[in-house]
Amino acid sequence: MEASNGIRAEGLVRQFKNVRAVDGIDLEVRPGEIYGFLGPNGAGKSTTVHMLTTLLPPTEGTATVGGYDILSDGAAVRDVIGVALQDAALDQLLTGREHMKLQGGLHGLSPEEIADGGDALLERVGLSEAADRRVGTYSGGMKRRLDLALALIHSPRLLFLDEPTTGLDVQSRAALWDEVSGLAHRDGVTVFLTTQYLEEADALADRVGIIHQGKLVAEGTPAALKAQIGRPTLEAVPADPSQVERLEAVLSRFGDPLPVTNGSAAVRLSDGTEELADVVRGLDGEGVKVADLQVHAPTLDDVFLAKTGRSLEGAREEADTGEHPTEQVESPA
Amino acid sequence: MREPGRRAREEASPGARRERARLVSNRRSRYWSVARTVAWRNLHLAMRSPALLLPSLVFPLFFYMAFAGGLSTVGGLPGFDYYNYDAFQFVFVLLQSAAFGGVFIGFSIGADFDSGFTRRLMLAARDRSAVIAGYGIAAVVRAVLVWVVVFGIALATGMEVAGSGIDLVGLVGLALVVNVAAFFFAAGVMTRLRTLQAAPAMQLPLFMILMTAPIYVPRNLLEGWISSVAKVNPFTAIVEAGRSLMAGDPFHVLLAFAAAASGAALLVIFSWRGLRKAEAAG
Amino acid sequence: MTAAAGTPALRTQARYLAWRSVIRTIRQPIVIVPPLVFPLFLLAINASGLSAATNIPDFPTSSYLAFALAFPFMQGSIFATNTAGTNIAEDIGNGFFNRLALTPMSGPSLLVGQLTGVLLIGTLQAAAFLAAGLAAGASLESGVLGALVLFALSLSIAAAFGAIGLFAGLRTGSSEAVQGLFPLMFILLFLSSASLPRDLISSDWFRTVATINPVSYLIEGLRSLIIMGWDAEALALGFGVAAAIFVVALWAATRALRDRLVRT
Repeated sequence: MEASNGIRAEGLVRQFKNVRAVDGIDLEVRPGEIYGFLGPNGAGKSTTVHMLTTLLPPTEGTATVGGYDILSDGAAVRDVIGVALQDAALDQLLTGREHMKLQGGLHGLSPEEIADGGDALLERVGLSEAADRRVGTYSGGMKRRLDLALALIHSPRLLFLDEPTTGLDVQSRAALWDEVSGLAHRDGVTVFLTTQYLEEADALADRVGIIHQGKLVAEGTPAALKAQIGRPTLEAVPADPSQVERLEAVLSRFGDPLPVTNGSAAVRLSDGTEELADVVRGLDGEGVKVADLQVHAPTLDDVFLAKTGRSLEGAREEADTGEHPTEQVESPA
Repeated sequence: MREPGRRAREEASPGARRERARLVSNRRSRYWSVARTVAWRNLHLAMRSPALLLPSLVFPLFFYMAFAGGLSTVGGLPGFDYYNYDAFQFVFVLLQSAAFGGVFIGFSIGADFDSGFTRRLMLAARDRSAVIAGYGIAAVVRAVLVWVVVFGIALATGMEVAGSGIDLVGLVGLALVVNVAAFFFAAGVMTRLRTLQAAPAMQLPLFMILMTAPIYVPRNLLEGWISSVAKVNPFTAIVEAGRSLMAGDPFHVLLAFAAAASGAALLVIFSWRGLRKAEAAG
Repeated sequence: MTAAAGTPALRTQARYLAWRSVIRTIRQPIVIVPPLVFPLFLLAINASGLSAATNIPDFPTSSYLAFALAFPFMQGSIFATNTAGTNIAEDIGNGFFNRLALTPMSGPSLLVGQLTGVLLIGTLQAAAFLAAGLAAGASLESGVLGALVLFALSLSIAAAFGAIGLFAGLRTGSSEAVQGLFPLMFILLFLSSASLPRDLISSDWFRTVATINPVSYLIEGLRSLIIMGWDAEALALGFGVAAAIFVVALWAATRALRDRLVRT
């Protein structure tokens, strides 16, 4: 099998008892790119990652990762990938350096390779000083960074990151973004990144695949996806809260209403920002005064909304409250 | 300025006395309402989750079988003057289950602290000791259920009872006092430590006290260090009194009750002070 | 970064996993101390509390301490079940198992590695129990060589029960389920010839249960080295039963591991 740094999936399906967590995913990740897999909790992201990293066999379909078939060449796939799963999954009793030793040793590296490579990676992720402390004393951000370093110890060509910044503070998140970006654009590592944060996909990914209820509903660069939607959003807050319905009625003349929850009204403008003057005149004509008026360029959330009928934020809340099945990667045993 | 004595006269009036009595009665009924609710919840949980109830049922039965069955030959040793080895072991197993029954409820208290439920109970109850009383009621009910089953099985498998009905009532009464004492010990520990992780702090002292009493043979057949320890262990007096009741030959029963009851009284204070610490911790 | 070197040899993998198992054992006093202290405490209680049992006609020794010394070795093995099982169940529960699964690690190397920690605790226990027994006045009828054989039998039993723990941990993936086994193993221990020789148990049903219970043969094998010297039959049965339990439990653990390690 010709080696490459790419990923290709065809008709991937994973059925768990009565839940079809992944429902026919076709995707292609080019060598050296950062592919963002965006969707709310329960969408099928982690299940897809588990299949592509050979931890879970697909019910149907196939995929090649790094040029190797996930079903027939699982061991070869594992040799060329590094994985940082949703839970950092570290041993609280071992130190950072001991984790390096274990992981490197199991990958067949010599003690010298582990020592040199491990030290370099620990320094790169800012854990040199904490390397000899037990992981149980690490903060959440430190654990994620160690997880990333461990995923890289055997110099993989492809890197899978499953929600790597969930629960991190802003600073830690930015540091991780820098590191991931450097890996892809400087070192040529292909990165498959799952996230539920649209700003993460927007900032980091070269291309984004949006997954909803197990299906890929959109794919492309962030700019191209947003351009598909094309139209900006106008959001207004009435000066008198009792006038919100009149405000909605006026705005709906200029575009498609959008769901909002905070006493404001929003529409997607049919003819773009050129309509702004007409909007203002319309409001004035109806005697509706506004306290705030904002125009937003399309976001990935708008893309998600256009494709699925709900916003990513709303879908995330529903998943958190259990209205849609929360994704669980079940062990078959 | 009011006339001196007018207030006293007002307070002594029939209307004021009726009002005070009504307030006291309301308070008492609220107290028992809280205690009943806590007890009901604990018992309901135990019935719904057999895993919570089974250990307190299975272990006494198992120990009875293992000791009475496996060591029955010991009952024939010279100097072993008790009438029946099964009955000899049964009394220990009954009192052991009484003690550990109190501790099992301590697990519930610890688990409820961990989940935050105890805090919610304490916020809701005007008199927080009613919450502890509720757990205590559950401990007694669960213990009695276990004793009925264990006693039934012991009788069905051939244990001989030499004591009269009154003697057996005395034995059960002794077991109840032990159960209550152990419960207040567990409550005192759990209200101070407030987590299920502290379970060994309840179990270990109890285990040491139980295991250094005459379990396998009467005190006259003990040798070595355990003979000395058993002599000063208050649980020894309780076990021996219980065995004498089972044999229909009550001996030092009042002493045993006094030892158990005074232990229980001290432990009530221990648990009350633990409750105050839990309240202060919030 | 250096290039990956391919799949390491089985013994290399086992070495790294064993190293991890040993470190984890050393760093958890709660795993080392109770399995040492609790059995010794019970030995002290039983040796003193049941010393009158040596007056039973045909009791094989005049020292109940010597008779009961085999008991803590068995108890220690039950703790081994718990430790091995909960360690692997925790790895499954917190995702560390997936981390290992993503390396070239093979199933057998994981089992070998985990059992190494069990054998370390088993060695510490055997040394402690033997030292305590000798210090309290018991003597080994089989002498110095017998002490070595005692160690070997004790470690065989620890490995056997450790394998049971591994099976339970891999099958259930739950520490609570593994700990639920502990009372059952305790019951097995008591329904045996732990407290009296089988031929001196007067209760027919108990004697029958003790005869069927494999734990009786393990205890009798250990005990024979302490109070009798060299009893070939008891030793053969002891080692034989330990080996049989180990083989069956390891086979079951391997099957459970195969189901758990479903990587393609």
